[in-house]
Amino acid sequence: MTITDNPVENGVNVTALLGAREALSAAPEAAEFTWRASCTWQNGTHSRSTVAGFTGLGAEQQHRVTYEFDVDHPECFASEDNGATPVEIVLVGLVGCLTAGVASVAQFRGIQLRSVTATIEGQMNVLGILGADPDIRNGFDAITVRFAIDADASREDLQALIAQAQKRSAVFDVVANPTKILVELA
Amino acid sequence: MQTTAVVVGAGHAGLAMSRRLTERSIDHVVLERGEVAHSWRTQRWPTLRLLTPNWQTRLPGHDYIGDDPDGFMPAADVVAALTDYARLVDAPVRTATTVHALRAAPQGFEIRAGDDLLHARAVVLATGACARPAIPAVADAIPPPVTTLTPLAYRDPGQLPAGGVLVVGASASGVQLAGEIHRSGRPVTLAVGEHVRLPRTYRGRDIFWWLEATGLLAERYDEIDDLTRARHLPSPQLTGTPEAMTTDLNTLTTLGIRIVGRLGLVTDGVAQFSGALANTCALADLKMNRFLNRADEWATASGLDDDLPPPHRFAPTRVDPHTPLELDLTSGEITTVLWATGFRPDHSWLDIPVRDRKGHIRHDGGVVTGAPGLYLLGMPVLRTRASTYIHGAAADTAALACHLHSFLSSRRR
Repeated sequence: MTITDNPVENGVNVTALLGAREALSAAPEAAEFTWRASCTWQNGTHSRSTVAGFTGLGAEQQHRVTYEFDVDHPECFASEDNGATPVEIVLVGLVGCLTAGVASVAQFRGIQLRSVTATIEGQMNVLGILGADPDIRNGFDAITVRFAIDADASREDLQALIAQAQKRSAVFDVVANPTKILVELA
Repeated sequence: MQTTAVVVGAGHAGLAMSRRLTERSIDHVVLERGEVAHSWRTQRWPTLRLLTPNWQTRLPGHDYIGDDPDGFMPAADVVAALTDYARLVDAPVRTATTVHALRAAPQGFEIRAGDDLLHARAVVLATGACARPAIPAVADAIPPPVTTLTPLAYRDPGQLPAGGVLVVGASASGVQLAGEIHRSGRPVTLAVGEHVRLPRTYRGRDIFWWLEATGLLAERYDEIDDLTRARHLPSPQLTGTPEAMTTDLNTLTTLGIRIVGRLGLVTDGVAQFSGALANTCALADLKMNRFLNRADEWATASGLDDDLPPPHRFAPTRVDPHTPLELDLTSGEITTVLWATGFRPDHSWLDIPVRDRKGHIRHDGGVVTGAPGLYLLGMPVLRTRASTYIHGAAADTAALACHLHSFLSSRRR
């Protein structure tokens, strides 16, 4: 299969991605990226994070615009609910990453997508974060993602599509596997 | 058979309670499934020594009188000391008498023990906090060729196959066994989660001297901010050795032991370790230094600075930046996994609805909630932070015997 013969249009520039893979394999230092966000406490449990710049391709890069994310807790936690909870934003990151993967892999495999919707759920017992039960972890017990895909492809092909999307997902790896993390005072 | 009180378990707590009941002329019997100090005879590895120095191993009516007050008793000496103590206090121990069931009865409690049925107006549960190993659910995912065992079954490294050993848990048991097993020529990887770092000695005194002198051990259960956390805190990274060695993670790293993060999942035979190891260690260092600050402030306020060596701080825990996050348990490198992940009490024979939804007995400083006349002893931070250690039984049994006595008197009226 060559790209030019591919009539599928999912809005993903596969040529560019394949080109990047080739170029970055030849210049691995350019493949080192650092992603950043900065967070400022507002009031109570409300904070606002911004995402603007990142490092990659051997240089400082900028998003087209600065993105803002309000993070808070809901009113049932005696908070003001000025934004999604941090754990919901993790879910947003995971499902967004998988969906981007679905579109990219579909493009590459010549699968025309008509619609892709996904629901993601994370189960959590908050006795963990409340410190009320040492046997319960703070984080999710389990995360479930369910994709509904309308496309010109068999069910098996679509299953293979979401499997490949997991294989290439950064956030899936972040959530499923340990990451070194250090929190310190500036 | 009818008796006023029954004590279940002839370990240090049960024997101390027997002494308290005798002091108050309360007719009682101590039921023991084996012999006095049974778990110390059968479930402790021989090189295990008490974490507390000999001078602190005080029980009601008995202080340490040996010639090594700063030493640490090995398991066999604990057995001997408790056997002597049982004789000293003339404890009415019925050995080889396993309690099968404890139920509420019209006049108190009904205890099925051995072939007998006993009736008592009060019962004291003193079977200890370390009856069963606490093994995490991830144990089910350890691939079969790997041998697994717990500290209760461990005797010496010779019982383990040759090859690498993954010790899971870095509290008192974990750090001691990691060192002992590594020195036997079996390379040890130690999975470290939240832990309590303490030096064996500080400014020339044992750390337990400081914990006692500063009043920390005397902190009462109803004055501790987060009692749940205090009761579930892992035991401190201390070992009792003749040389009073510090056994922190730096010591183990120097020995050649590989330190990794908390064991998370085992997927397809591959163990995954938390990436938060450096953070976890930094927190333990911080906590240790906060206690040393408190100790120094106390020493100054007590006018002891001239009598003690000057304050100092210990090197931060070293964490290798290349610490692996994964270990393939199918590669043959690891032949044994040792679960040093803590212990649980065993009150499975208790047939009275006094448990919370987690199966823990609800109690207020050892006075069991919802079952007048029923008492609990020998649990971590039962009444004070000292309750976790042998000498804590002195004050705990004094308080509970007093409560029990009042309970009996109020019933008589």
